[in-house]
Amino acid sequence: MKRLQQLLAGIVLSGLGTVVHADYTLNMPVGVTELSRETYGLHMMVIYICAAIGLVVFGAMFYSIYAFRKEKHPVPATFHENSKIEILWTIIPFLILIAMVYPATDLTIKHYDTENAEMTIKITGYQWRWRYDYVDEGFGFMSSLKADSNAARQIDSGISPRKVHNYLQAVDHPLVIPVNTKIRFLMTSADVIHAWWVPEFGWKRDAIPGFITDAWASIDKVGIYHGACAELCGRDHGFMPIVVDVRSKEDYQAWLAEKKLILEQDNAQADRVWSKNELMVKGKDIYLSACAGCHQPNGEGIKGSFPAIKASPVATGDKDSHIELVLEGKGAMTGFAEALSPVELAAVITYQRNAFENNSGDLVQPAKIKEWLEDLGYDE
Amino acid sequence: MVSVTNPIDDHEHHHGPAKGWMRWIVTTNHKDIGTLYLVFALAMLFVGGMFALTIRAELFRPGLQLVDPEFFNSLTTMHALIMVFGAVMPAFVGFANWMIPMMIGAPDMALPRMNNMSFWVLVFAGLLLLSTFFMEGGAPAAGWTLYPPLSIQGAHNIPFVVFSVHLLGISSIMGSINIIVTILNMRAPGMTLMKMPLFVWTWLITAFLLISVLPVFAAAVTMLLTDAHFGTSFFNAAGGGDPVLYQHLFWFFGHPEVYIIVLPSFGLVSTIVPTFSRKHLFGYSSMVYATGSIAFLSMIVWAHHQFTVGMPLAGELFFMYATLLIAVPTGVKVFNWIATMWQGSITLETPMLFSVGFIFLFTLGGFTGLMVAMAPADLQYHDSYFVVAHFHYTLVVGGTFPVFAATYYWLPKWTGHMYDENLAKLHFWLSFIGFNLTFMPQHFLGLAGMPRRIPDYAIQFADFNMMSSIGAFILGLSQLIFVYNIIKTIRSGDPVSDEVWEGAENMGLEWNLPSPPPYHTFQTPPDAYLIDKVTATEVTMR
Ligand SMILES: [Cu+2]
Repeated sequence: MKRLQQLLAGIVLSGLGTVVHADYTLNMPVGVTELSRETYGLHMMVIYICAAIGLVVFGAMFYSIYAFRKEKHPVPATFHENSKIEILWTIIPFLILIAMVYPATDLTIKHYDTENAEMTIKITGYQWRWRYDYVDEGFGFMSSLKADSNAARQIDSGISPRKVHNYLQAVDHPLVIPVNTKIRFLMTSADVIHAWWVPEFGWKRDAIPGFITDAWASIDKVGIYHGACAELCGRDHGFMPIVVDVRSKEDYQAWLAEKKLILEQDNAQADRVWSKNELMVKGKDIYLSACAGCHQPNGEGIKGSFPAIKASPVATGDKDSHIELVLEGKGAMTGFAEALSPVELAAVITYQRNAFENNSGDLVQPAKIKEWLEDLGYDE
Repeated sequence: MVSVTNPIDDHEHHHGPAKGWMRWIVTTNHKDIGTLYLVFALAMLFVGGMFALTIRAELFRPGLQLVDPEFFNSLTTMHALIMVFGAVMPAFVGFANWMIPMMIGAPDMALPRMNNMSFWVLVFAGLLLLSTFFMEGGAPAAGWTLYPPLSIQGAHNIPFVVFSVHLLGISSIMGSINIIVTILNMRAPGMTLMKMPLFVWTWLITAFLLISVLPVFAAAVTMLLTDAHFGTSFFNAAGGGDPVLYQHLFWFFGHPEVYIIVLPSFGLVSTIVPTFSRKHLFGYSSMVYATGSIAFLSMIVWAHHQFTVGMPLAGELFFMYATLLIAVPTGVKVFNWIATMWQGSITLETPMLFSVGFIFLFTLGGFTGLMVAMAPADLQYHDSYFVVAHFHYTLVVGGTFPVFAATYYWLPKWTGHMYDENLAKLHFWLSFIGFNLTFMPQHFLGLAGMPRRIPDYAIQFADFNMMSSIGAFILGLSQLIFVYNIIKTIRSGDPVSDEVWEGAENMGLEWNLPSPPPYHTFQTPPDAYLIDKVTATEVTMR
């Protein structure tokens, strides 16, 4: 009830043009970057200007309705023009606009200043997940909606979203970056247009297939920040959240070292022979995060939009054409050659060929994928 | 049918409408065609409204309860397309047909047969668009903007959507040509351009705007079609194209489209406010110039819809400056309306209520318009619910409130019967409350970080979404009162005088005609003194 009162109070206040300052979800976040703070400042400045104009304009309007109502003012005046006042109310708004444009221009220029960044993160949009590449470190990973949210958000799942921790705001692998470091973000996409938006950073930027856009942030507070894809990108546009884990510089370095170690171990794994069980277990994981968005967790696809994996001619037919399709993509489906590691690719293809009663019995080994990648010219 | 071989004979025999239902198929009468447009628009308002209510029902609480996400995307897409092209634009064409000949003292529209054709083309285009719901893969789901690559990704509906857009465009362009030709050639002697009612002026400018930008939209969707089915790469980077090129082409049409909706509504409000203030419009000529400048500026601001695509800094700044400039002529309009009311003698019948409601809410939408025009701040607002709130404050208010106002304003003239004032006021207040309850919370949702076009959301957005959904149902259902009131008026409303509103005979030619007007009006042009009486001419000489 108190909550509702707060809400109503907030609406009434802002309806009057009075701005609510509480960091309750009524206003834009001040955020944790220089850009976000200045954007917030500009936002508030324009609100105050509008509130002042609103007071005068609506004041005059409601005063007229009250004071010049017919009972009180039965004989209307006959004037219908006045050049002086008409010129005045053309010029004054123009001057107000010029006052607004100055800080806005400065801030726009600042947004575009991506020079002298200390590190670069490349962000690639996929339907419907993000990939983060640490360009200077030579590694990257996919970041998808966390499994518990994904289970709860299915229609008629029977799971209450309120019971899921951080419903639709949690991912399996957050982007980890250091605090107080100027980071240049490069945005692109593997399929359709997406947009990467973390409100606390103060901007969003489109990720456009075949092009690279950029933006920057230097975050001055350690913490977890949430965001989402902001450009309609198809069926699961609402289900590709962003989580950024901003750590102290030392913690970031430690995370980086650990990440690299795991990566090395994974690479070593790519050369050994994997058992069917190992491949199926890992394959199921990858399938759920990389494929199930379209082809569905049960492999049955969606009629008219996404083909089934179950009993499909590809997954039950020739092994090589299956591998080629997954690596290179086809039509609306993007290729996964660069998005997944050889182990992950081998596992997921094996899984597709044996799960959903496909039971082909085929195994695809990581070494085989590595050969394919070399033939296709991907540098691992 | 009207004989064109002997116009003098034609003047003599006063024929009525064709008998039976065929009247509505073959009619070339501007009043009949106006009615057809308005009925079609009302029907589409309910179709588009049903889509909106399904969307709001799904968003009532977090989690997916009712629809598949892909179908949800089809609903948001079709809601916009149907509302813009099926409901709002045809409603204004309906008013243009009914009122422009009566306002300028002309017997009919200049090109009556084309008039009939443009209406029926519109109906088929609308049905073609709606038919995509029943196709494999469903209706378009990439948003009404149809951005590639998403819009052509595996979509079976693209050829139908594109053909439908072509037909809609043909219909609108034929309608626009008709309006321009009528206004420029058929004015009664003495009705000079600067004496025309402002509604006529706004439509003249809107018609030119339509002719300028619709072909660009038609070209852009044709390029989508060839990209999807004939192997071209206009918007495909892999083939040397650029997806953002489509956005430039689309918004070159899409932004003026906003003013195509809003300019005629400015015209309606400029017609209604003086009548109920019992005072002629303040600043008539500055209103005309403001309309012209808004139309011109609307064509050089399109990329403010693309502040996040990473265009060059110079582009970002240019489009910010140009966009902000629109605030000046728009402000002039609002100030003029208020100056019209100033020292008037005001009564608040329903047409005036909706007009004042329009001025109030549209100005709020203008304020958020100033905010989203600020390029660096738009990097936060863009594609969030803040934008959804902003454009509903301008487009729902701009596209429906003046239409409701004008319907109540002229319905007594058209039918000869008075509507039920109490029901009409109830309609206004429920619409006003429902509208604000729906869209005010969406500002906060957007600022708090909720992206638009999502079927499900994080828990912290739940309360405001619930409020918004409740508001939407109030807003939607209260439109049934409107329909009931119209039917009641036609069937059993009290008879009205020719003037209908106190002093209206000094406010427009139409109020000097009988209520209801005969099937053919102004077959002989009105006297010049009558024209001077209904314009502010004499008072200028004061
Ligand atoms: Cu996306």
